[in-house]
Amino acid sequence: MPATKVEGSKKEHRVFLYTLSTCVWCKKTKELLRESDVEYEYLDVDTCGSEERRSAIGALKSRNAQIGFPIIIVDDKTLITGYKPDEIREALGL
Amino acid sequence: MSVTVDRVRQRAEADARAHGIYLNPDQKFLGDLIEGLRRNEERYGYPSCPCRPATGVFDQDRDIICPCDYRDPDVAEYGQCYCCLYVDKKTHDSGEIKPIPERRSQEKMFTVEAEAQQPAAEAKGSQPAARRLWYCRQCGYVVFREEPPYVCPVCRAKKELFAEVRLAVEQGTT
Repeated sequence: MPATKVEGSKKEHRVFLYTLSTCVWCKKTKELLRESDVEYEYLDVDTCGSEERRSAIGALKSRNAQIGFPIIIVDDKTLITGYKPDEIREALGL
Repeated sequence: MSVTVDRVRQRAEADARAHGIYLNPDQKFLGDLIEGLRRNEERYGYPSCPCRPATGVFDQDRDIICPCDYRDPDVAEYGQCYCCLYVDKKTHDSGEIKPIPERRSQEKMFTVEAEAQQPAAEAKGSQPAARRLWYCRQCGYVVFREEPPYVCPVCRAKKELFAEVRLAVEQGTT
């Protein structure tokens, strides 16, 4: 199962989330983006299938990312680990 | 028998009571956590942390089976565990729940299912051999694992207070 796209009217930034389907902070992050009407894509790492999971972990490793969920990547450069509403809003100019 | 949210909730309540701590006071947040634990128990066979990636391989995930190895030190330091299921009285009364730093090693977080299964596939029975007996020098609690727990579940002594149990057979007693 590849990443899921959630439509929104704000498309200025490319927003990608690595999440867990059971994680409450991930859920809150998705809610924040939806409420802000930001378009984003997410990959639930626990339900996506082992191929996607392996490549997701490989991608995060190559970025030297701290693993912790959610992981938010804005425009392929800003990486935020964990639910940090202020940082997310700042990165997206909200 | 399928796992029910009621059972998961009762188990968490009982554990919180036994340890003098509380469950997340935000009922919606708590409900989501309980449901996450139920789903994990259903799919993995054990209730691993809803907020951490499990491999589905028991030996790899043992430290994140709720209540996880990191709960007690996190509740002591931050007033709540990583997933925010368990909180101390102060956090319970104030309702101030927040994300806290991850205490689990990054190495474990990066392990994927396939890697976790590899050692077992390579040589059957090699994993149990790596386990040893450890005892808590403070209270005497003994555990059979690859390494000592993060904190002693009985007296909460730190990992450093554990020592390996070495068994010796006495010769010439006949």
